[in-house]
Amino acid sequence: MSSHGHAATPAPTSSAQSHAPSSAYTEFHPRWYRPKISTYWWLGKWAYVKFILRELSSVAVAWTVALILAQVWSLIRSPKAYSQFARVMSSPWMIALNVVAFAFLLLHSITWFNLAPKAMAVRVGGKRLPAVLISGPQYLAWIVISAIVLAIVISRG
Amino acid sequence: MVNRETEPIFWTLFSAGGVVAALFLPIQLFIFAFAVPLGWMHAPGYDSLRVLAHSPITRLYLFVLCSLPLFHFAHRFRYTLYDGLQIKHLNEVVFFGCYGIAILGTVAAAYLMLIL
Amino acid sequence: MAQTIQLRVSRYSPERDTEPYFQTYEVPVKEEWVILDALNYIKDKVDGTLTFRWSCRMGICGSCGYMVNNEPKLGCATFLTQYAPGPITIEPLKNFPVVRDLVVEITEFLEKLKKVKPWLIHDDGNGAGEYLQTPDQLEEFRQHSMCINCLLCYAACPISGLDPIFIGPAALALAHRYNKDSRDQGSAERMAVLSHPEGIWGCTFVGECTRVCPKHVDPAGAIQQYKLAGAIDGIKQFLMPWGQRQEKQ
Repeated sequence: MSSHGHAATPAPTSSAQSHAPSSAYTEFHPRWYRPKISTYWWLGKWAYVKFILRELSSVAVAWTVALILAQVWSLIRSPKAYSQFARVMSSPWMIALNVVAFAFLLLHSITWFNLAPKAMAVRVGGKRLPAVLISGPQYLAWIVISAIVLAIVISRG
Repeated sequence: MVNRETEPIFWTLFSAGGVVAALFLPIQLFIFAFAVPLGWMHAPGYDSLRVLAHSPITRLYLFVLCSLPLFHFAHRFRYTLYDGLQIKHLNEVVFFGCYGIAILGTVAAAYLMLIL
Repeated sequence: MAQTIQLRVSRYSPERDTEPYFQTYEVPVKEEWVILDALNYIKDKVDGTLTFRWSCRMGICGSCGYMVNNEPKLGCATFLTQYAPGPITIEPLKNFPVVRDLVVEITEFLEKLKKVKPWLIHDDGNGAGEYLQTPDQLEEFRQHSMCINCLLCYAACPISGLDPIFIGPAALALAHRYNKDSRDQGSAERMAVLSHPEGIWGCTFVGECTRVCPKHVDPAGAIQQYKLAGAIDGIKQFLMPWGQRQEKQ
């Protein structure tokens, strides 16, 4: 049979009444079960793991910025300081670390461009633009910008 | 500090930083963490690099490249700690820690770009 | 096709138990049977004490939301054969207090829903007649109006579990639905409630809500669009607090 019954006991309030809780006493309800959320909640589902990984890509972003600042700082100080920086950058553990950081940067870029269409409901002629028309140009800009930066650095080599 | 007046500003900084990070950071890391150290391309000499870096456009570019993504990181990491580790009671500490890093980085970037 | 399938159903009686436990039932499998058919079979023929909500059995009332193998699903829209050979684990919707067996307490959600004012806010129009709305105007919000308040999105949203005050996907999507309605004039009023750390800004765009929604409402998309609007509004307010604003409360 249908168990469509009420679970809680609050009496129906009229629409004129505010929804402030009754101050005179606590209304009775059966003892609810409220599980605590574990610190490892995000390991429960692959979708949550993907989400946390995406959020952790921000650490790789901060790390890359730190590298840029370190590079500029060594560039300012002296040629010796800069070659020391270059040496550290070629060390195996630094390369390995940067492989991980680069992977996270790619994760950030790809998820960012793929999610951008969701935030913008662009309508043309009454119909919503397909998502690829919004993310596509961003991927294109990504490639073009990367090519330009690469060209600039190469030309000064 | 986290209230309805300020939240839109932090989110906008997060968005702007996210766009800058997504478009400009990967190639930056690729060049200077792999291509140059591993010899895939000819390493720009110290002098030519200094000349390139000295130009006002480059300095402005580097400043934006360093400061906005840090605010992106601050906002995102703040929420990751808040939700992932559920450390609500440390909300203020997390907030000032994250944005402190962003502000320090921005100040450092500004200083470096000025004396470059 | 197998004759029967096992259902592991979460049981909880507030008078007797301190926490839920699982009870296993053997249920016949018919090709057209859904989870709800199996649960009703159990209640009719095997164990009359099993308690669960359901009503329309056709995906419009939003009553029969459960966790099926740790995924929020509508009981009336999920086929048993999908899970063959089983067993199927059925639990009450996550992120809500459990009242009994598969029944959860949803009063908090209803309070959150009231907060966003999910109705047309407009002046009376002085009896000028009906509102006129073009199909294009309808299309702006139609998708978000499909919500049946089944709360699967709340069960999927980790923020809803971690932060009980977070207004949540369905309520925010419905607020967006009314803001986008050309007949509505209440955007500013709702913005006051929603542009809040526990409103739209609490959302970190996990995206699970959109994935599990049986009516394809896309609450995640609605919230992100709302964030953009909220950011523009917030910055305008920051830069020009004296500027012309719509009726601000």
